[in-house]
Amino acid sequence: MATFFGEVVVAPSRAGLDEEEEAREETPEDREIRREIEKKREIDVLWTGQAGGCAEEPLVCSRFIVAIGRNAAAFLSSFILDSVCWEVVGVVKLWNEWCRTSSTTNVLPTDSFCLFYRLISDPTVFGSMQKKGLQVTILSTCPVADYKTQESTLTLVSPFLRALKTKEFQEEVCCPLLEQPNIVRDLPAAVLSYCQVWQIPAVLYQCYTDVIKLDTVTIEAFKPLLSSKVLKSLAKDASESTKILKKFLTTSETHNNIYI
Amino acid sequence: MFIPCDRGGDSAAPDFKGFTLLMPAVSVGNVGQLAIDLVISTLDMTKVGYFYTDCLVPMVGNNPYATAEENSTELSINAEVYSLPSKKLVVLQIRSPFIKNKYRPFCETLLSWVKSSKCARVVLLSSSHAYQRDDEQLLGTPLRYLLTPDLEKAVGGRMKELNWKEMEKVAAYPGISNTDKVLHIPGGGITKLLFTESPDGFILALGHQEYAK
Repeated sequence: MATFFGEVVVAPSRAGLDEEEEAREETPEDREIRREIEKKREIDVLWTGQAGGCAEEPLVCSRFIVAIGRNAAAFLSSFILDSVCWEVVGVVKLWNEWCRTSSTTNVLPTDSFCLFYRLISDPTVFGSMQKKGLQVTILSTCPVADYKTQESTLTLVSPFLRALKTKEFQEEVCCPLLEQPNIVRDLPAAVLSYCQVWQIPAVLYQCYTDVIKLDTVTIEAFKPLLSSKVLKSLAKDASESTKILKKFLTTSETHNNIYI
Repeated sequence: MFIPCDRGGDSAAPDFKGFTLLMPAVSVGNVGQLAIDLVISTLDMTKVGYFYTDCLVPMVGNNPYATAEENSTELSINAEVYSLPSKKLVVLQIRSPFIKNKYRPFCETLLSWVKSSKCARVVLLSSSHAYQRDDEQLLGTPLRYLLTPDLEKAVGGRMKELNWKEMEKVAAYPGISNTDKVLHIPGGGITKLLFTESPDGFILALGHQEYAK
C-alpha cells in the first residue's frame, strides 16, 4: 500500500496471519525453542500456609476483587487493604518477554506484582477457587484515547468510570454502563468473559484516564466504588487512605526522578 | 468449546443436527464478520451459547445488536453462537483476531465441534486482498465461491444459476508455466486452512476486499 508521501509499505492485515508465518514450516529446532519458551511462560501460584485447605480442596470465596494495572492496584491498597485486617495468602510468579513478577510479597507500587490478599475477619473474601456463591469485581484502567463517543471530547471530563456486568450480576453499578461501540480487551476482558460463560456474577469497572503512570486523580476516580455493596464494608477510614496515597506517590516519584 | 447459554435443569442443550453453520474468517476488511453481524441482526437471531477458547484475543462489550434499552446491556464476548431453528441456521460470530500460533488449535477445536454437533454443512464467509487479482479477475463480480466435492451435486447447479464464479487457482510459482495450480487466498486468515482441512460439507464465499484507499 502507498502512503500519503508515496512510499510503499506493507499493510498490516486484520486477517491476523502473516503470509510468511503461514507458509513457513516449523523446524524441529524452532519447535523445541517454542516449547521451552511456553514452559518458561507457565504461571505459578504460590499459596502461603495461611491460605488453609490442601492443594486439592477448593478454597471458599464469596467476593473476589481483582485490580489490574498500577492505578487500580493503588486504589485497593490505599482505600481497602492494610496489614492489620488483610493478610497475603498467595503470590503469582510469572515470566514472559514483556514482564515478570517474583515470589516476594514485599512490593513497591511501581513493581510488577500479583498478590492474593484475604480478609482476616472473613476469609471468604479474596481470591477464588470455587465458582459457587461467588461474586467478582474487576478494576482496570485504560487510555481515554480509546474511548469512542459521538460527543465532543472537549466536554469529556477524564478520568471517568464505565462498567460492564455479566448476566448474573443483579446489583446496582456505581457508574454508567459502557456504551457501544466501546469494548474492553485483554486481562479484564478475559476475567469478565470467564464469568459470563460460567454464569458468575461479575462487574468490571473501567477507568478511562489520560495519565499512564501512577496518579492520584486516576486512583481517586475509583472512589464511587466505595459505596458499592461489595466494598462498602471493606473501606478504610478516609484520612488513613489519603495518607497512604500520598506515601505511594512519593515512593514512586523518587524512583522516577532522574535528577539528584 | 461450545458452552450453551441456558444450562438450567430442564432446558436441553441446543441441537444443531442438520443445521447449516454460517461463520466468518477473520480476514482483510473484516468482511465476513460484518456480513455475519448483518445476518444476525436482520434475522433477529437468538444467542444460544459461547465458543469459549483461549485462541482468540479476549474482548467484551455490550450487546452490538441492541434494539431497545432493555437488551442493550447484555454482555457479548469474542466468540458467540446464535441460532434460528425455523431456518435450521446456526451462526458463529468471531469478534477478535487469533493469538499468535493459536490458529491451528482453533481450527482443530472448531472442526471437532462441527463434527460433534452434526451440522449438515458449513458456509464460511471470507475475503482476500483485491490487489492480488489478475486482469481477468478485475472484470465482473468480486465474489467467488468454493465447494468441497460432496456439495458439488447438491449446490453446484444453484451456483451456476446465480452466475457465481468459482475461485480460480493460481500458479504455485508465478511466471513459470509448467507449475501446479494452488489455492491462494492472501489476507484470508484461516480460510485456506479450514477449507483444506475440513472433511466435507464446506461452502466458501469469498469477496475481494479493497484493503486501503
